[in-house]
Amino acid sequence: MPLSSRHLLGLETTPKEDIKLILDTATTFKEVLERPIKRVPTLQGKTVVNLFYENSTRTRISFELAEKRLSADSVNFSVSTSSVSKGETFKDTIRNIEAMKIDMVVVRHAAAGTPLYLTQLCDAHIINAGDGIHEHPTQGLLDMYSIREKLGRLEGVKVCIVGDIAHSRVALSNIFGLKTIGAEVSVCGPATMIPRNIKELGVKVFYNIDEAIQENEVLNVLRIQLERKAGGNFPTLREYHTSYGITNERLEKNGKNILILHPGPINRGVEISSEVADGSHQIILQQVTNGVAVRMAVLYLLGTQN
Amino acid sequence: MKIALKNCQLIQPQQKINKKSNLLIEDGIIIKIGNLSAEDLKHAEVFDIKDNFVAPGFFDMHVHLREPGREDEETVQTGCDAAAHGGFTGIACMPNTEPALDSAEVISLIIAKAKNHLVEVFPVGAATVGRKGEVISPMAELFNAGAVGFSDDGVAIKNARILKTSLEYSSMFNVPIIEHCEDESLAGGAMNEGTTSTFLGLPPIPSVAEDLIVMRDILMAEYTGGKVHIAHMSTKKSAQMVREAKAKGIRVTAEVSPHHFTLTEEVVKGYNTNTKMNPPLRTQEDVEAILEGLKDGTIDCIASDHAPHSLEEKEMEFEYAPNGIVGLETQIGLALTELYHKKVLTIEQLVEKFAINPRKILNLPICKFEVGERANLTIFDVNEIWSVDISQFKSKSKNSPFNKRLLKGKATGVINQKKMLFQGKLKEI
Repeated sequence: MPLSSRHLLGLETTPKEDIKLILDTATTFKEVLERPIKRVPTLQGKTVVNLFYENSTRTRISFELAEKRLSADSVNFSVSTSSVSKGETFKDTIRNIEAMKIDMVVVRHAAAGTPLYLTQLCDAHIINAGDGIHEHPTQGLLDMYSIREKLGRLEGVKVCIVGDIAHSRVALSNIFGLKTIGAEVSVCGPATMIPRNIKELGVKVFYNIDEAIQENEVLNVLRIQLERKAGGNFPTLREYHTSYGITNERLEKNGKNILILHPGPINRGVEISSEVADGSHQIILQQVTNGVAVRMAVLYLLGTQN
Repeated sequence: MKIALKNCQLIQPQQKINKKSNLLIEDGIIIKIGNLSAEDLKHAEVFDIKDNFVAPGFFDMHVHLREPGREDEETVQTGCDAAAHGGFTGIACMPNTEPALDSAEVISLIIAKAKNHLVEVFPVGAATVGRKGEVISPMAELFNAGAVGFSDDGVAIKNARILKTSLEYSSMFNVPIIEHCEDESLAGGAMNEGTTSTFLGLPPIPSVAEDLIVMRDILMAEYTGGKVHIAHMSTKKSAQMVREAKAKGIRVTAEVSPHHFTLTEEVVKGYNTNTKMNPPLRTQEDVEAILEGLKDGTIDCIASDHAPHSLEEKEMEFEYAPNGIVGLETQIGLALTELYHKKVLTIEQLVEKFAINPRKILNLPICKFEVGERANLTIFDVNEIWSVDISQFKSKSKNSPFNKRLLKGKATGVINQKKMLFQGKLKEI
């Protein structure tokens, strides 16, 4: 059964069957990653462009590895090495790249909606690798995959996303994907970091981290973007850590065997303490491994469509 | 040169006229109203108006002509052509050009460029030098050069002190301060703050950014006795505050742009940059409040906020695209479709909002159906069904979200300055 869409733009518009298909396919690819020779010929002859208009290390490397493991030819395009600095518009850049006969584009861009715009400009399959504060669907999928792998299920699982919900594409993709698959989603953070109309997305809101820990099975702890502090959404990093930081003390106090995810990169001592980041609750590095498998699944399912 | 307009449905709400009649116009002056004899028609070119409405010339008090500075997007000439084609005989152009309309020389330049056109252009001067909000502009010089109001449009006047000074100083000329109401510290987003902005991941502009400045401006108008005109009103709260202020006798007036009573933030889904404007498209609740405000007179007039942008500027990522859409050539059709045919406004109210009130706000003469009056007229058909086609626009820019939209009602002609544009043909009369 193929995916219902030619692109992966976001999880808001991805139906349940597609999410399940991607997660199931990822299980197969995860097995490939355990082999001594971690490579399959599935996408041989296909060309993927990694179009990164915004700095990214892990997402870009994860996609690049996924492409190589599927035997696709991949080309990296990043802003610093591009003609963007010469004043070329996004549209012209895309037209030029497309003229070189490519099959798929993985795009990361600071402006929301850019992946959708790309689908209007070229015929390739488009995979959103993060657009502004909109969506980051493969991160959402790999988080879901990791939860399912650990807990054996997603339906009914209580997941709380902690941090700057209002400025996070990871939060939005997690909310959409988890809701679609039937998990119970909540968010936790200071009121300045929760979108005004969050309840219309069907999620519960916690302002108190201890309550959030008590009532959930999974915490997905978002990175506090240090550069955003200037926007004044919270007074100091110390206060954020005191109010929302995930520490062993806090986990013990609430007596919970809770699963902790973090999309990385982590700020030790801010949203998560070092003990927790290296401790037994977290699956941060498994998430990274799973990220490659999930991205292989997405690339495979789209790349083998007609 | 003499022309006869036969079978007109004359409409002039100030004179309580709404009747079938004929007009005889010689050298741009109305010389007879009523039955025309064979003698009257001698040497006259006769036009059958086919029961279309003939009203005082429609006036758009919020147009960006982009000259000087961005002549690639619009010029005085092309903007006037678009206005005439869209059914307007007069426009007020906003001062956010490069350089800003903050000197008598630039005001005079605009007026000179429009001189021989059917459409009259009345510049709005910058309220502060360079629209920077630091020092008030030479308002007396600008007024004497022809400015009909003052504004820092694009932004609100920066702070309360400069606003107070602007209102006090401009009150000597009895002209309004026209305000783009947006609190600077809350500005900078790409769409209305709400569920849709969260879903789309677009940086939001809260409606309270508008409401705060509307409130500030009303209070300052009350305090100084100056005249404030709220440009492109878009929120429910703004409408409520203006309604209450008017009831108290505060000198405040307001306009709305057709997109703010036609579209909601829902249409931003899809990231079409022609749905990006400032103020942004709001919610259904806001649209309903705007319609109510139009109906009860809280909102005095309809103005396009015609904002031309080149294709290359709009063809980009939503967040980076500039704000604004062109509107001169769609707004009469939109108003007739959305307001008249949907029974929000009577035809008299619609003519008031397009022809009477904007000229009142700017102290400009209004054409009456009387012998000896200068013929300054808009002719429109309320029943013509047509489809918007941006390729037919006279405007240099085509950035409209209404392309291919089906409308009922259209301007069919304009007469002014001894010129007539009727059925697509321009002639001297």
